[in-house]
Parts: sequence; C-alpha cells; structure tokens
Amino acid sequence: MIIYGVAILAFCYVTGQLIGELLGRLIGVDANVGGVGFAMLLLIFLNDWFTKKGFSDKLTDRGIEFWSQMYIPIVVAMSAIQNVKVAVSSGSLALVAGIVPVLICLSVIPLLSKFAKSQPVDQHGHYNPVS
Amino acid sequence: MDIITRFLEKNGLVVAFLAVGFMMYTSAIISNKLTNKKIPASAIAIIMGLVLAYAGGVYSGGEKGIADVKVFSGFGLMGGAMFRDFAIVSTGMGASFLVMKRTGWIGALSLFLGIVLSFSGGVVVALFWGYTDAISLTTIGAGACTYIVGPVTGAAIGASSDVIALSIAAGVVKAVFVTIGTPFMARFIGLNNPQTAMVYGGLMGTTSGVSAGLAATDPRLVPYGALTATFYTGLGCLACPSVLYLLMRVIV
Repeated sequence: MIIYGVAILAFCYVTGQLIGELLGRLIGVDANVGGVGFAMLLLIFLNDWFTKKGFSDKLTDRGIEFWSQMYIPIVVAMSAIQNVKVAVSSGSLALVAGIVPVLICLSVIPLLSKFAKSQPVDQHGHYNPVS
Repeated sequence: MDIITRFLEKNGLVVAFLAVGFMMYTSAIISNKLTNKKIPASAIAIIMGLVLAYAGGVYSGGEKGIADVKVFSGFGLMGGAMFRDFAIVSTGMGASFLVMKRTGWIGALSLFLGIVLSFSGGVVVALFWGYTDAISLTTIGAGACTYIVGPVTGAAIGASSDVIALSIAAGVVKAVFVTIGTPFMARFIGLNNPQTAMVYGGLMGTTSGVSAGLAATDPRLVPYGALTATFYTGLGCLACPSVLYLLMRVIV
C-alpha cells in the first residue's frame, strides 16, 4: 500500500524533527537542531533494515519515491517565495560563495583519491538517485 | 475576471502544482535545446523560481516573493517548511549505509571535509560581504554546501528571507559550476572509477550538480556520486544547524 510508504516517511519526519526541537531546547538555542538530518538518516537506516529483512514492497517504496520525485518542484516553489528583491543587492555574493567552495574541495581530491582503493564497477545495491 | 482570481486563490495549492509543473517543463526544454543539457533543468527551474520571487516582490511590495500575489498564494504552502522538509527527507531513499560502508573511511572523510570546507568557504565569503551575525553567516555557509542545506539551516535557526534567498542562489551557482566543470576537471583529478566518483560526490555534495556532471563525464559513475551526495545533504542538514551553528555562535 502506498500509504504505508507515506506513513513510514511521516514517522521518520516526525521523529527526526522532534529530536531536533528537543535538542535545541536542551542546549538552549531557539532552533531546530538538525531535525531534517536526523529524519533522513533514520529513513536511510530503516530502508536498509527493511531491505535486509526482506520486508521491502514495491508499492510501499512508491509512496516514498513519489515525494522524492516532488523534491525539485517543491524546492522551485520554495525559491519563488523568498525575499529576492532585498537579496539582489548582494547577488555577487551568491556567485562567489558558490564557486569558491568548489575550488577548495577540488584541491583535496587528488589527495583523497590516492587513499581510495579501487573496486569493480558492478558492486552496488538498491538506490535511486534523485537529481 | 474577479471570479477567476477568486477561484485561483481558493484553490491555491493545486494552482501552484500547475504553475510549477509548467515551469519544470519549460526549464527542461531550455536545458535540452538552448544549453544542450550543459545546465541541469533543475538549476534552471530554481533560477526561474528566484526570478519569479523577484517579480512578485516588485509587483506586490511584500516580503514573500510570488506568494504575495494573491493568485499564486498557493506557492506559500507548496514551498513552505513542512512540504519542503518532508520531500527532502524522502530523498534519503537514494542512499544506503551498506553501500556507503564499501568506500570505507575515505568516504566518511570526504563527506566530512566536503561539508566543513564548503561551509568555511561560504562563511569567509559572507564575511567579506559584510555579514557579521552568526545566523546569516551560518545560513550562507550552509548554502555553499547545497541549495537544500542552506534554506533548511536558515529556516531552522531563524534567518531572514533575503539571506535564505542568497543561500539558495549560492547553492544553485555551485550546482551549475560543478555540472559544467566536472567533465573538464575529470582528467586532472582521475575521475574515472567508482571509488573516486564516491569521493567526488562526498566532497561536492550537490546531488543535481554531481549527477549531471558525472553523466556528462561517464554515465556509469552517476549512481556512485549521487549516493555520497545524498548522504552529504543528510549530514549537512544535521551538522549545519547544530555543531557548525553553535561553533559560529562561539566564534562571532
């Protein structure tokens, strides 16, 4: 059932966000501390666990996949409701802040890949990249 | 005319689905025909969203972009915090601890470095532009990670909407830059095997940029880069509004 998938996703969302809220209260900042991150890691964990136990069901998966396909459209709607009029004045910041980190990270790749051991191409499991 | 306006306003969310669907379709055509898929359709669509927000702000004089125009008020619900976080969490389906384990500690290290280095880079740039408060610096630093981590972090710690808009824009610039740059850089950094692709995804983190860039380099590498990039989004959403934000509060 598709709703099972949606419900599993909702469970991860609620649990993660609650942890984030409580953690914020605990360390005394008025913020949701990493709620989305907790929720996402919980979903990854549950997905691995279900796959391992053989509980995975196509329809259930589809309930979650629907939302991961809606992700970019929702991000587009989110961009459309920001206060861009005010942000335009420092628009050049976005350009530099987008490019500089890439250059920094590029410089450490040769170092890191030297440590990486190579493995055959065919070893990968169940995942559906969202772009 | 009045009837139509009121009808569209009453059915806001569905109207937003229709409008965003149209934007996605248009940007897919632009990506294919005008840029020969060099710039991913998702990046074009997000830029269209930002332009729409600008137009909405100028037209209505409000602070909520296009959502201040009554006919498009449904954008506020569709792009609001609840749907956004729900959809972002669902992308976790694209990742797996079991597969991730195979990269070993080098995968974890690339994720850690990718987030910390991008974040620091973004913070330094924001400092140069005169931002000095911990909330704005953290949000722009998070935007330098990806266009998802930025707004999620900004919303979680209470950043202003214009700073969140900047963080989205920075993330989009990063995605476009990674997409266009990957095929050129691939030769110099030895990006021709799954292992390096996973390290690359972990360092760059922008899922759409890494996927599109790897597709132009070698389509077989896409799943590997996208896997670590998905983890990057999760860890970024975890680390930026928590450890890194607290760190910024201590420093500033």
